[in-house]
Amino acid sequence: MASTSRWAGLGALAVFLAVLPQVLPNNYYVDVAVLAGFNAIVCVGLNLLIGYAGQISLGHAGFFGLGAYSSAILVTHYGWPPLAALLAGALLVGLLAFAIARPILKLKGHYLAMATLGIGIIISIIINTEAQITGGPDGIAAGNFTLGGFELKGERAWYWVIAVLLLVTVWLATNLVDSPVGRALRALHGSEVGAEVVGVDTTRYKVLVFVVSAVIASIAGSLFAHYTSQLTPTKADFFKSIELVTMVVFGGMASTFGALVGAAFLTMLPQVLTVFEDYEPIILGGIMMGTMIFMPRGLVPTISAFLTRRRS
Amino acid sequence: MTLLLVEQLGKEFGGVHAVSDLSFTIKSGTIHSIIGPNGAGKTTLFNLITGIYTPSSGRICFDGKEIAGRAPFELAQWGMSRTFQNLQIFFNMSAMENVMVGHHLHLDRRFLPSLLRLPGIARGDEKARDISAELMRFVGLEAYVKAEAQSMPYGALKRLEIARALASKPKLLLLDEPAAGLNATESREIDEVIEKVAQSGVTVVLVEHDMKMVMGISDHILVLDYGRKLAEGTPDEVRNNPVVVAAYLGGGAAP
Repeated sequence: MASTSRWAGLGALAVFLAVLPQVLPNNYYVDVAVLAGFNAIVCVGLNLLIGYAGQISLGHAGFFGLGAYSSAILVTHYGWPPLAALLAGALLVGLLAFAIARPILKLKGHYLAMATLGIGIIISIIINTEAQITGGPDGIAAGNFTLGGFELKGERAWYWVIAVLLLVTVWLATNLVDSPVGRALRALHGSEVGAEVVGVDTTRYKVLVFVVSAVIASIAGSLFAHYTSQLTPTKADFFKSIELVTMVVFGGMASTFGALVGAAFLTMLPQVLTVFEDYEPIILGGIMMGTMIFMPRGLVPTISAFLTRRRS
Repeated sequence: MTLLLVEQLGKEFGGVHAVSDLSFTIKSGTIHSIIGPNGAGKTTLFNLITGIYTPSSGRICFDGKEIAGRAPFELAQWGMSRTFQNLQIFFNMSAMENVMVGHHLHLDRRFLPSLLRLPGIARGDEKARDISAELMRFVGLEAYVKAEAQSMPYGALKRLEIARALASKPKLLLLDEPAAGLNATESREIDEVIEKVAQSGVTVVLVEHDMKMVMGISDHILVLDYGRKLAEGTPDEVRNNPVVVAAYLGGGAAP
């Protein structure tokens, strides 16, 4: 991505995020926007892994959940300050992701997908069963996020925090993609052996991007624990992982702005289609299949390719 | 000076000896060709030298270092790169970016500065872009400087791989069938590129079926058959070697 179009994209996103709360009629919509923001942050990180580096994770909700529960547990049971709990959660998730990825990513193929599938399910089971500390299926309340004397509460205050965080995440992600590190990631997606013979340590880069995307999910999870009144295990389960992957694939692989669109769309969808609640997995599956068949590159890249063709 | 030393090298795949008891040396500053009938073990030998396979036996020394069992990216750091018979292009990137990845080792590629896009990263990318454009011109791809890799024709992609490999500034460049699938004109043009590369001081090892090309540009030829050395020498020596003629044309055709 050229640097001018990157700044144009970031500027457009900033304007959109600034204007959006002015047009949202009530706090219910602001709440949906905040939830979309959380998903978008996770998806921008996940897109670095799936879209750019071509590796699949089926357990990112596990990392989100691990961050969320680390925060909730450390704050409620041990009285940690929220920021310290967030950083501890991120460190824990980073180390766990490294420990999983290092042996697995030496292998080529879909071993990472299998390993992350397993680890996501294990995290989900632990959260559900260790009820004395996690609250089990009933969940746990982490309380408001406080920093110094400041207490973060109310949908609108959260909206601005998440909007700024999202903007920063997008900025960092687009920086990374257009750097020697990002080119190495895209190259190993294109041809692992081709990247190796010009000096790219493909294992190292795969581990790096996996850890980065897991840590982003963890940080978003930690903040989410404070945003939601009651943190429940469904936020960390396998279905949530699939939802995140669908957001990335639908919005557009290897497109940071695609990840935003995918996250926003699939967060809103269940709100609009509340009558179909029981059919949500079917709808999600349908969207995934439809995307793979009709626009395998995802929504945003397909549209942008179409517009470029029209113009020329 | 010896740049590459191969000693009693062997590779087995479940009892099949793809390469066995092979010894030879490559002097720096030469064009060295490896020829032989299909299945003679040429590509296996390439994969052994470049670290894609680990030898079953024997040793390989590159620039004074023992390299058997080292990963390809480590060998690239020491100055070895290669192209592939079946292209290994990054089709998800632009042509220019393909070559820029080749320059990976010579750029500031630390994570945090990349994440924050510090001025050093932007400057490095600028320089990498210039070098890549230069190399694309060098291999005759000036028309594709702004192209996407996936929109380029086959012959151009072959050159793109050479440009990418050169961007890593190798001492030793291994080209696996650079002329395969090219027509006569394109193949002559690749010829010129290879000679230009050699003149720039890079030692070239070539696997190629195009005999006209091999005989025309090689300083030294190694002939393989069934994974063993059949003959070795200058193009003239090899051409007139009855054993080589027999291997290529069948036993009865030997003069």
